[in-house]
Amino acid sequence: MVEKQFKVIADTGIHARPATLLVQAASKFDSDINLEYKGKKVNLKSIMGVMSLGVGQGADITISAAGADEQDALNALEETLKKEGLAE
Amino acid sequence: MSFLQGIAASSGIAIAKAYRLVEPDLSFEKKTVNDTAEEIARFQLALSTSKGELEVIRDNANVQLGADKAAIFDAHLLVLSDPELISPIEDKIRSEQVNAEVALKETSDMFVTMFEQMDNEYMQERAADIRDVTKRVLAHLLNVKIVNPSMISEEAVIIAEDLTPSDTAQLNREFVKGFTTDIGGRTSHSAIMARSMEIPAVVGTKFSTRDIENGDIVIVDGIKGLVHINPTPEVIAEYENEARKYEEQKAEWAKLVNEKTVSADGHHVELAANIGTPKDLEGVVNNGGEAVGLYRTEFLYMGRDNLPTEEEQFESYKAVLEGMKGKPVVVRTLDIGGDKELPYLDLPKEMNPFLGFRAIRLCLEEQDMFRTQLRALLRASSYGNLKIMFPMIATLDEFRDAKAILLEEKEKLVSEGVKISDEIEIGIMVEIPSTAVMAEQFAKEVDFFSIGTNDLIQYTMAADRMNERVSYLYQPYNPAILRLVKMVIDASHKEGKWTGMCGEMAGDETAIPLLLGLGLDEFSMSATSILKARSLISKLNRTEMEALASQALQMNTAEEVVQAVKTATMA
Repeated sequence: MVEKQFKVIADTGIHARPATLLVQAASKFDSDINLEYKGKKVNLKSIMGVMSLGVGQGADITISAAGADEQDALNALEETLKKEGLAE
Repeated sequence: MSFLQGIAASSGIAIAKAYRLVEPDLSFEKKTVNDTAEEIARFQLALSTSKGELEVIRDNANVQLGADKAAIFDAHLLVLSDPELISPIEDKIRSEQVNAEVALKETSDMFVTMFEQMDNEYMQERAADIRDVTKRVLAHLLNVKIVNPSMISEEAVIIAEDLTPSDTAQLNREFVKGFTTDIGGRTSHSAIMARSMEIPAVVGTKFSTRDIENGDIVIVDGIKGLVHINPTPEVIAEYENEARKYEEQKAEWAKLVNEKTVSADGHHVELAANIGTPKDLEGVVNNGGEAVGLYRTEFLYMGRDNLPTEEEQFESYKAVLEGMKGKPVVVRTLDIGGDKELPYLDLPKEMNPFLGFRAIRLCLEEQDMFRTQLRALLRASSYGNLKIMFPMIATLDEFRDAKAILLEEKEKLVSEGVKISDEIEIGIMVEIPSTAVMAEQFAKEVDFFSIGTNDLIQYTMAADRMNERVSYLYQPYNPAILRLVKMVIDASHKEGKWTGMCGEMAGDETAIPLLLGLGLDEFSMSATSILKARSLISKLNRTEMEALASQALQMNTAEEVVQAVKTATMA
């Protein structure tokens, strides 16, 4: 399993559009991918799971991936987060 | 054939087939299934059909409304691919041997409840999204036709209980020829939309959805407020003739586009337009607007997840000021809160939103947001003839506070070297009776008044304009309203200032003779009403209307006033 921490910088947090982008990106991979925030872990391929976390600006989040393409998945999600100015 | 009487909300005549925008019946019974594999396959099929439809809707929205608005449908699509939703449904069918409808409803309801219980309004609205998409799947399971206003592909008249902003946003303007609703009045959202789309509409018919079936031939008479259902060929012919006459009259009015607005005895008044976005400017120019009398800036803040930046606002304001080529543009600062919500501001729900924390009250509290808007306005001021107007002013202190903040921001910008016009007039909306009553005091400090009649009437009569049952109290011609209007106009003239009106009343044929007589300087209305108003005013003699208005002020009831206007203008 691989994992990485990020800090959310977007003033909207991970709602609506950003959540859509992340879930779309995660869904392209076979690995199990999770998003963890404040001790709660949800499936990053689940839009409702991601939105239910209510991740706001300044939040510390952890993304983990486990499976055959885990490293590719993590890299792709990191790229999405940075390209969209969501997290650093 | 039969007909319904409603309220004429948008002028013109439409003849087309009915398209019912009505919630379908999605009730079902719980069943035990033996072949659960087949039931899961049935569910999968409904799911994929729904996704296919949503993709079409998203692509349509992308073309018609832009990527921003289409993004919501991407989120909807993801809900239908959500493993946390799909797996539990399939598990439920398998383990409990229930039909797919039950499994879908029970599982999605769980999510809906979860989101509804979150203490964040934005999250609560996601519950509606989930309900919306699962409804589509349910409809396919039940083989019920779900309404897709964005997929209308032939000329149609929309039949609905009411139309929400998202309904109207989805309507394909090429095919929607008119609409009729059960509820609503001249100032309800659907009515305002119809006028801006320039299609005929009759609202408040009470029984449209009960009496009209899909495919019925419907005539929407937006002039008299009538809806004919399956009319005889004679009636259709008559209306085709009417429609032609209406087009001819419009052509006649069109000749007045470049004319000034002058009464029969040579007095000039200004006819201005109400707009919501820079896109509306085209209509203002095409209809010969002499100014923008009300630019509602709240649309900049709506339908998004965060506040618009100073730069975004600046670009919009600049576009409007430049587009009007030096003609006056009255910009109303943010009028939000209460019934007009911004989810991302997270304002608490109120018992009496119309009497609550909104407009200038909110802006004076949330000063960062207010200052951003004022800076954007000030920076745009050098591109045209800007006038700034504060909404919902109830006391002189509120006006002084708002003006002080404006001047502070102006000073800051000047010291930063930004070029700002020195001619910006600063005025207020008169919507609250206290302000109308104190107009003489206000007139010493403001540069102009603009009377917002929709709210002034509801506050004066203490009648919620969203409430059908008290709609009889919405009386623009009540002498009480006319007296308040007169107080405001007289007070402004005494100080050498001017008064405009930007509510529905300013474009109303019965009100115009009275307002002309009361001395109103500027009439601001839907752009599509301007030419008709110009034609009407050119036939009125202001001196005679002054006499009519002073009689009206002494009358007892609104009915007497209406009667007097009719008698005076028919002669």
